[in-house]
Amino acid sequence: MKTEASLSKTPLLRIENVTKRFGGVTAVDGVSFSVDLHKIVGLIGPNGAGKTTLFNCITGLSAPEEGSIYFGDSEILLSRLDCHEIAAAGVARTFQTIRLFKYMSVIENVMVGAHSRTRTGILGSLLRPRWVELEEKKLVSRAHQLLHFFELDQKANEIARNLSYGHQRKLEIARALASQPKLLLLDEPAAGMNPKEKEELLDLIRSIRKNGVTILLIEHDMKVVMPISDYVVVLDYGKKIAEGKPKEIQHNPQVIEAYLGKGIESHA
Amino acid sequence: MRKTSRRRIKKKKRSNFFSEIKSVFSFKSTLLILFIFILPLLDRNAYHIDVLVTAGIFMLLALGLNVIVGSAGILNLGYAALFAIGAYTYALVNIHLHIPFWIGLWVSAFSAAFFGMILAFPAIRLTGDYIAMVTLGTGEIVRIMLNNLDPITGGPNGLLGIEHPTLWIYDFGVHSTPYYFLIFALLILIIFILKRIESSRLGRAWIALREDELAASCMGINPVWAKLSAFGIGGFIAGIAGSIFAAKQGTISPDSFDFVVSVTVLAMIVLGGLGKISGVITGALALSLLPELLRGFDLYRMLLFGLAMIIIMLFRPQGILGEHHQEEFKENLFERKTSQ
Repeated sequence: MKTEASLSKTPLLRIENVTKRFGGVTAVDGVSFSVDLHKIVGLIGPNGAGKTTLFNCITGLSAPEEGSIYFGDSEILLSRLDCHEIAAAGVARTFQTIRLFKYMSVIENVMVGAHSRTRTGILGSLLRPRWVELEEKKLVSRAHQLLHFFELDQKANEIARNLSYGHQRKLEIARALASQPKLLLLDEPAAGMNPKEKEELLDLIRSIRKNGVTILLIEHDMKVVMPISDYVVVLDYGKKIAEGKPKEIQHNPQVIEAYLGKGIESHA
Repeated sequence: MRKTSRRRIKKKKRSNFFSEIKSVFSFKSTLLILFIFILPLLDRNAYHIDVLVTAGIFMLLALGLNVIVGSAGILNLGYAALFAIGAYTYALVNIHLHIPFWIGLWVSAFSAAFFGMILAFPAIRLTGDYIAMVTLGTGEIVRIMLNNLDPITGGPNGLLGIEHPTLWIYDFGVHSTPYYFLIFALLILIIFILKRIESSRLGRAWIALREDELAASCMGINPVWAKLSAFGIGGFIAGIAGSIFAAKQGTISPDSFDFVVSVTVLAMIVLGGLGKISGVITGALALSLLPELLRGFDLYRMLLFGLAMIIIMLFRPQGILGEHHQEEFKENLFERKTSQ
């Protein structure tokens, strides 16, 4: 029996010694850290540091050679599950390059996101018993709520491809949230956004957290990561070189070296 | 209070049902359905009806293949194998077990669905031209097996003496008219079923899978199950088509199910508009009527047929009734996809 106190101590996501190699390249090299419940954790590092590879390991897109990834109170071993099972367990993600279902409508994209939270099968869709109609109705209204939250409700019936870039980014997050995840992985959500859009995005991420979703965030832009993260993990060449509060990270000489190179003494 | 609310629910449910029926039988489609069923009474030409029955069988096949290729986005060059399995299943259960057509029809459908899923297994993890090779192979394997399993399938001679369907005391016999009614009734049923699946969770999962398999699986869609169910439903429809074909012919042999059938059905759905039921039906109708309409040209018939296909593809690459984006989807279908 776990007590309240010990429950809150268990991190939501625990990454232990994860290693992923591609041929001779070690993309992720023995990385361990954990993500606490209801926190926003930033994952930063220069290009090619292995951030996205680590995301792929967490979401089951690629299997780590070594190490294990535990999720939730019951410590489910994610590295043993398939992609869709991980989604069902409560991990949702967005992609670095937008991967919407381009020719589906905006609302259908969100509805597909809820796939693991609905259960209509072939027979159900044929016979349409009451529970199926109810499920569909609930799904549509939840999708509308989500779109409303992201201020996309005007575009619900538009084809996803026709949305502007910023809206597509938002729709990806909405789609991920439709699966009612406990943990949301955002892979460079602010990429290609202008400062105003970035500001909006920060507010959105904060209110997503307020709704009880824990967030792990890859981001290049320090202006985005630092103000929003409760905790920051820094990768470089696949290795974790630092972790800590944003303030500490900003003054960590190793991090500055990784980002700016050696020989620079002063920092802002 | 409880009673009234329950009654209200019931009433609401009924009105839902009626509104759905209404939406299915919109003015245009009602007119079309009426026309289909009055046609044999107006047109007494047996040849015309016979051509339409063949067209109907191809429409069924096109609808089935469209689930696999159009909705789920899996290229399949061996669809005739499932058609064959449906036909042979009905022939075998009818000849050996004397199972009447009305039951044999469903036996065939389920057997083709089952084999569809089994044949899908090797193909499911592949994409692009690799999957084309594998489905082509499985299609040929089935045909060659039918050709060589003499004790069961009668080899190249096929199976003879398959019973025609009977309805109480009415024997369908060899005339085409009863089959015409049967096939178009089943077509309407299957279109209704497919529309329902299309607008459901499974239908959306198929399209998501076709657009981006990786993203779809991260959204909780099990790609293996979704693809298997597409092959299952595609097989089911092929089984229905096969059993009607066998029951009408009274005799079947392996050459009715060769590679050309697979390619023709694929051409029908590409030409009509991949993934769109009305397009697929139009494509099937066009490609089965065209060779008959061109009979007057005798020797040049197939030449003109090919030319017509080329012209349609040149001017409407997305298919006769297809939407514009299907062009890009078609490119994806035949392309080798690399996972990220």
